[in-house]
Amino acid sequence: MAKEATKKVKKEKIPRGAMPEQEPEVRARNFMEVPLGYTQEMAVREAQRCLQCKNPRCVDGCPVGVDIPGFISLIKEEKFTEAIRHIWQKNSLPAVCGRVCPQEIQCEGRCIVGKKDEPVAIGNLERFAADWERENGTGALPPTAEPTGKKVAVVGSGPSGLTVAGDLIVKGHDVTVLEAFHKSGGVLVYGIPEFRLPKAIVAQEVNFLERLGVKVECNAVVGRTVSLDELFDEGYDAIYIGVGAGLPRFMNIPGENLIGILSANEYLTRANLMKAYLFPEVDTPIPHGKNVVVLGAGNVAMDSARTAMRLGADKVRIVYRRSRQEMPARTAEIHHAEQEGIEFFLLTNPTRYLGDDKGRLRGMECLKMELGEPDESGRRRPVAIESSEFELDCDLCIVAVGSGANPLLTESTPDLKLSKWGYIEADLETGKTFKKGVWAGGDIVTGAATVILAMGAARKAADSIHEYLMRGW
Amino acid sequence: MFKIVKREEMSEGNVILNEIEAPKIAAKARPGQFVILKANEDGERIPLTMADTDPQKGTITVIYMVVGKSTALFKTLQIGGGYQDVIGPLGKATHIEKVGTVVCVGGGTGIAVLHPITRALKEVGNHVISIVGARSKDLLILEDQMKAASNELRICTDDGSYGHHGFVTEVLKEILEAGKVDQAVAIGPVPMMKFVSLITKEYNVPTMVSLNPIMVDGTGMCGGCRVTIGGQTKFACVDGPEFDGHQVDYDELMTRLQAYCEDEKKCYNEFCMLEE
Ligand SMILES: Cc1cc2nc3c(=O)[nH]c(=O)nc-3n(C[C@H](O)[C@H](O)[C@H](O)COP(=O)(O)OP(=O)(O)OC[C@H]3O[C@@H](n4cnc5c(N)ncnc54)[C@H](O)[C@@H]3O)c2cc1C
Ligand code: SF4
Ligand code: FES
Repeated sequence: MAKEATKKVKKEKIPRGAMPEQEPEVRARNFMEVPLGYTQEMAVREAQRCLQCKNPRCVDGCPVGVDIPGFISLIKEEKFTEAIRHIWQKNSLPAVCGRVCPQEIQCEGRCIVGKKDEPVAIGNLERFAADWERENGTGALPPTAEPTGKKVAVVGSGPSGLTVAGDLIVKGHDVTVLEAFHKSGGVLVYGIPEFRLPKAIVAQEVNFLERLGVKVECNAVVGRTVSLDELFDEGYDAIYIGVGAGLPRFMNIPGENLIGILSANEYLTRANLMKAYLFPEVDTPIPHGKNVVVLGAGNVAMDSARTAMRLGADKVRIVYRRSRQEMPARTAEIHHAEQEGIEFFLLTNPTRYLGDDKGRLRGMECLKMELGEPDESGRRRPVAIESSEFELDCDLCIVAVGSGANPLLTESTPDLKLSKWGYIEADLETGKTFKKGVWAGGDIVTGAATVILAMGAARKAADSIHEYLMRGW
Repeated sequence: MFKIVKREEMSEGNVILNEIEAPKIAAKARPGQFVILKANEDGERIPLTMADTDPQKGTITVIYMVVGKSTALFKTLQIGGGYQDVIGPLGKATHIEKVGTVVCVGGGTGIAVLHPITRALKEVGNHVISIVGARSKDLLILEDQMKAASNELRICTDDGSYGHHGFVTEVLKEILEAGKVDQAVAIGPVPMMKFVSLITKEYNVPTMVSLNPIMVDGTGMCGGCRVTIGGQTKFACVDGPEFDGHQVDYDELMTRLQAYCEDEKKCYNEFCMLEE
């Protein structure tokens, strides 16, 4: 009896605010964004769930240390402009991060509320603040320092390159971003699909930097159009390399060059950067598989599978050699994929592709796997079960089993030191490489990782570049 | 925009020459390298090997055949207008070296790509015998330029309207029988390169070919351009476009070039209907 009484006095518990979303059956056939975003009321209500901890664990979980309770309390007070300014101090791309960060292993994974209940929806709130500013804000530019007369070249316009450019332009340096593709944004425009990250958001972020004075030069393939040393000769004082990890990995099994087998990079670039889902309104074609297999289980695999569904597939299957527990994709993406009818073929590994007499893919031979002892990554190693071969029919296969370092730039710059996998060696605290005046960060240093880690590395490098420009190497 | 400063129609209007303002590319490009062009916002990225460059003027020249929607769209671009995007120079440059006698074999628009390579091979002191082929006399391109770039020029037409009546491979065989040849270069339609390589292999003449698979980025990022060379997968855009002709899996390349055949037909037909 007494127990019940105390329970009643306790503040009413607010459940975690569910994100409004397009219905699975509808969205599985269109390219519009899936989560629709919190309304103002939902955001304020969700913000009230935050306990405003003295020692916030969530902040430790954020790779760039956003003051999470700080911005959440501003949302609670409906001071949205102040909230976004607060986030900007640590994170210059919150509209992106709110949508694509793996919050469940970062900020939200550490949230105290999550011990007994579901954690505060930090990502959704971050997205809300950024979207509110984009829709209602003044678009006012932050003040920039007096020009220093120093020139910086940023190679690659992914999240890490854009972050460096933004940080250095406000410090008064003259910044030019060189991008190999005809459009800037890196993976944010060529890899991550429209339904997860609308391209208009990325375009606006780039436009914001341009308004601040950053020059963006597309169609500049550094290593081919111009080399790093030529950039120094042109008068640049410092160079940041943020070229990502864009080299596609294949399975290296027989039959891989049949028609109908594409790297996820090619498939997603056609779909996103070239907008091939609008073909023939646009000129770039994309294969429309009816029976699609995607190899791999990371974000890239989920994006490929969900794209295939939207392009009209009858059946899309994720084939992965480990089990569900080891799937590296964000929880939200796996959940969304399942809701959209994508099937998971786990503990399965293809051994060869099968083609028809016209050289087109018609299926693949697979082996069933079981989990053995843990490997170097700490995950249990998949081992083939003997004589478990079976055939899987498919007319399109997207290979999303990882990516590596593209040697294009590094080959033409012999004095950069590389790891044995071809990534650039750089100091983790400053981003300094072994070549004077050159910094590097993001996926080209760490290997394929996350947007927020690429941005974190970029911020440290920007600080170090600034110091160098003002004081020396 | 990358402006077109000169435009010519050849081969009865099926082949177009564009000289394009692209000073950065012109300053860097070497024979054998290619560029990627995109006409407008919704355009496709099309790789074309450069036919010439003029670093002083800051221009590059490409010569292409109208085969689909994208090249039909390129054909509509006039002097003063131009391409939204030109990216390059891409791919590895031809290895030019004095080896003695070199036979350069070109077919169709491949002759445009072959021309700067031929010129460079002659400039370093090789004795260059060129063989160029077309379906008929009116479709032959760059005859004068190839004549100037070679020590000897042999011409073949399928219909016999000019030069040797028959295939380039027949003249090639004749030359290989007549005297020692140290190197061959073949650039043109895939079947032509395939048969040239089969013949030069018989005579043990090292042969270089330039491949033109489907590409997207041209920088090693997508793997769409993969070709099999000596049993190994290579990315033509970064490992090539030139390869040892005796190692290439031509049949696979021909198959892979058909990947979007149906889509392209649809897109091309719609475009032609709009243009009419
Ligand atoms: C499909 C997909 C989905 C993903 N989903 C998520 C997700 O949900 N959450 C998350 O946190 N992370 C995700 N990632 C990973 C994340 O996108 C990357 O870790 C991040 O983009 C790395 O940033 P970056 O700036 O280092 O490189 P990139 O974003 O790769 O940008 C590099 C840029 O450099 C350009 N470039 C390359 N070479 C040259 C050159 N020689 N000269 C000039 N420019 C050059 C490239 O064209 C590109 O634009 C995903 C990745 C992919 C591919
Ligand atoms: S940037 Fe990422 S980890 Fe940091 S608070 Fe935002 S969502 Fe969480
Ligand atoms: S064209 Fe994309 S890797 Fe060669």
